[in-house]
Amino acid sequence: MKSRITSIQTIVVGFVLCSIALGQDLASFEKRTTVKKLANGLTIIICERPEAPVFSFFTHVDAGSVQDPMGKTGLAHMFEHMAFKGTDTIGTRDYAGEKVALVKVEDAYAAYIAERDQPVGRDEQKLKQLEQAWKDAIAAADKFSAPYSNEFGKIVEGEGGEDMNASTSWDETQYFYSFPINRLELWAYLESERFQHPVMRQFYKERNVVIEERRMSVDSNPFGRLLEQFAEEAFAAHPYHRPTIGWISDLNSFSAADAQKFFDKYYVPSNMVVAVVGDLKASEAMPIVEKYFSRIPARAKPDTATTTEPPQNSERSVVLHEQTQPVYLEGYHRPDYRSPDDQVYNAIADLMSNGRTSRLYRALVRDKQIASDSAGFTGYPGNKYPHLFAFYALPIPGHKPQEIADAIHAEIERLKKEDISDEELKMIKTRAKANLIRSLGSNEGLASELGLHQARYDDWRELFRSVDRIEKVTKADIRRVANQTFVPDNRTVGIIEFAPPPPGPPVGQPSMVTPPQGGGQ
Amino acid sequence: MKRAIFSFFALVLFFSGRVQLRAQTQPWQQIPVSRLPAFYPRQPKRIELPNGMVVFLQEDHELPTIDGTARIRGGERSVPANKIGLTDIYGEVWRTGGTRTQTGDQLDDYLEQRAAKVETGGGVDSTTVSWSCLKEDFDDVFRVFADLLKNPEFRADKIEIAKKGLYDGISRRNDEPGQIAGREAAKLVYGANSPYARVPEYRTVAAITRQDLVEWHGKYVHPNNIILGVVGDFDSAKMEARLREAFASWPKGAAANDPEIKPEPAKPGYYQVDKTDVNQSNLQMVALGITRKNPDYFATSVFNEAFGGGFSSRLFGDIRTTKGLAYAVGGGVAAGWDHPGMLRLIVLTKSRTTIESIQALDEEIADLAKHPINDEEIKRAKDAILNSFVFRFDSPAKVLQEKMAYEFYGYPLDFLEKFQEGVERVTKEDVARVAEKYIHREQMAVLVVGNVGEFDKPLSSLGTVNKLDITIPAPPPGLVPEQGEHP
Repeated sequence: MKSRITSIQTIVVGFVLCSIALGQDLASFEKRTTVKKLANGLTIIICERPEAPVFSFFTHVDAGSVQDPMGKTGLAHMFEHMAFKGTDTIGTRDYAGEKVALVKVEDAYAAYIAERDQPVGRDEQKLKQLEQAWKDAIAAADKFSAPYSNEFGKIVEGEGGEDMNASTSWDETQYFYSFPINRLELWAYLESERFQHPVMRQFYKERNVVIEERRMSVDSNPFGRLLEQFAEEAFAAHPYHRPTIGWISDLNSFSAADAQKFFDKYYVPSNMVVAVVGDLKASEAMPIVEKYFSRIPARAKPDTATTTEPPQNSERSVVLHEQTQPVYLEGYHRPDYRSPDDQVYNAIADLMSNGRTSRLYRALVRDKQIASDSAGFTGYPGNKYPHLFAFYALPIPGHKPQEIADAIHAEIERLKKEDISDEELKMIKTRAKANLIRSLGSNEGLASELGLHQARYDDWRELFRSVDRIEKVTKADIRRVANQTFVPDNRTVGIIEFAPPPPGPPVGQPSMVTPPQGGGQ
Repeated sequence: MKRAIFSFFALVLFFSGRVQLRAQTQPWQQIPVSRLPAFYPRQPKRIELPNGMVVFLQEDHELPTIDGTARIRGGERSVPANKIGLTDIYGEVWRTGGTRTQTGDQLDDYLEQRAAKVETGGGVDSTTVSWSCLKEDFDDVFRVFADLLKNPEFRADKIEIAKKGLYDGISRRNDEPGQIAGREAAKLVYGANSPYARVPEYRTVAAITRQDLVEWHGKYVHPNNIILGVVGDFDSAKMEARLREAFASWPKGAAANDPEIKPEPAKPGYYQVDKTDVNQSNLQMVALGITRKNPDYFATSVFNEAFGGGFSSRLFGDIRTTKGLAYAVGGGVAAGWDHPGMLRLIVLTKSRTTIESIQALDEEIADLAKHPINDEEIKRAKDAILNSFVFRFDSPAKVLQEKMAYEFYGYPLDFLEKFQEGVERVTKEDVARVAEKYIHREQMAVLVVGNVGEFDKPLSSLGTVNKLDITIPAPPPGLVPEQGEHP
């Protein structure tokens, strides 16, 4: 991996202007950034940015929905929710009692699911009893936590935590918030505690919360529906074809025991990077952070092998007929982020999409006037594994998706046949440099980026070197990569076409959206 | 696409047992928290030019960039009803239409070569021109900014593109339930024709002419209507000289007047939009909120935090965590700057728990009288606001933005400090008083956007239902194809 990445020499070959500005930045960050790998395998990055008496952190876990077990899609994201439910000391009044009660919940749930999923001869009477027994067990367990539910979040909020949240993608899971600097030790305790002793309390209620999240972002949102179908079509073998939020039947089936297993397997210190940025000194902060995070026991790094997506070799498409105005989307398979061409793809995305000089804006919005918006982007669904480079446009009234496709393809052909101009190439490189500079001015942004680059490349400096690599991109690279990638057999198209709502009063009729299957609501 | 634990508006929890303090201290409580070091954020320098332009200069030498924003009085709320959307078109074409000497396309090339931006925009009470650039390009970019401010051309070809974009937006405005709910809730609170609720239609956009844009510019863009804020890696004395040179000779013009707008709330009751392609209801209880000038602003801020604002709030704890009814839940009494914000409680829940969720909200409201926000909740809410207070001014750009808003809306420039003191003084009695004063269930409009056929019970089981017609009025003949013809 590292051999493919250009070294410090690149700075020397780059434009003089860029090498000076970025050289200074990297030199400045070298002085104020400290990395330490703890004995348990966990990596800590501390970056000193003494602008205001605050700090931000990102805990980066190298596991996402790609790691969801078969039949348990949505589990990585579900665990992320559970990481806010407290520990054996936070959020309980008697953990010894609660622990026993939670085991009973799992036993009752397993019995209920076993009966529910009987292929033949399900006993409905027994099922009802088992469901009731499970719900009773939940009520009994809840008594141990009831007065302290959400205590983890309450502590963080009451202590002045800002923007507390977490996110799960196909590639990874991140946890983050910001604190006043006098809470550094409190943070180190809380954050290490939740990844040492998480407790799967109130799991089945939280599962309903996540199902509502699915309804909001996918089922009841036309663009969400399109993206889900599109990824499913584009990837046949690799887990990128599965939704991070999870399929409804899986959400209605997996258990707290499953979430605990996921945690045990993937939340191992060697799979985690914690980046802290703000008004702190590494010499004083590192011992504190190390003291608390060293408590997490070392465990074996998980096997993360996945199926490699085979070459596509056939054009695919999904067409959704919706009571919604049309959308056009198409994607082409490309290699993962470690590819030597990674920055060539970024250059193409910038050229096609960035601002009013971009080729798609000029062609579809300004000149042909057939779309209100059009762009190309890379990194869908993720970028840790081979993924898609995609183009989209929103056709304005009176224009059909086919016109959009033709216009996008014309721009792609230009990319394949003609060199881009000197001005365009220079613009791409200048923008890459300016964007990097602008990204360095916030604790949150830096913590996220330093953590991500450390996790992905085992070296945060790659954040700066990415600009050196885009500096080396040539016109020939862009033509070569466009010719390799943007070919019909490598294409998946996703379209929303307008269809009028079904006639007649819908009251009492089955709706277009299938209600969730399985029991346990 | 990422999944987060929190949606953007679900900010805040409670339990019916209403917490008794633990007997022994928890491990986390034994970790020492020292006093936060004194922090005096850099304050911008305020300058008033003889022609009335107010300038704030905020040095920030961390990065080699310089950014600025000019905010100009007068916005969409001053637009006549037959031209709704005027400031949308104006806000786009001001930039894309270029200046007298350079087309917008030429500006695009010129700026993008420098990775710089100059952008314009229209809003409800103001319009803006802003720039961002690397320090080394300041002169080049500032020249464009100043030229655009004084000499825009509003070229006709760009007006057509802007209009087509707006027509597209109109055609798509019923596609997502959240967008429908947000729009219809505002109509219920301010009145369907209120400038705070109305939206552009095909005919109002079609009626907008280049002359309208030119006249708007002539009417509002005068130095005495402008507040300019600059932040970045510059020397204030030199920047001041540069700005005086650019703007001092610009003569004063007529001052902008804001229209008198009286809210005309819809009758309290139930309002329904049927959307057959969703399986989740967006339900909102709404009424008029307050302004920040209201002395109750501090107490309502604490109330909002405790009732509907985050992990610790009653709504989050009861409706999300305990009942599992929603992912997105929250709300409170919003405070506007110069007109009342909206009081809004939101729950997004599956179709078949729609009525159940309305009743759950009803219980929360009724419970406020029976179990007022208690000491523990007050303490946590105030701690949350006060301990995180530093994040309101932890960057020079944030401080600048605050000051510019105070200047624009006529608040004292130390309003932030006043807010802190105000929150510190809030008592349990204050919070109970504002809850009683503002949270009246019988005065709220209840809006449900959802798949009516799937509800647990008809909405009419709760009261008379007003069905809202959200059909998009047809465009004037020949303007754009009818909705159904949209491919």
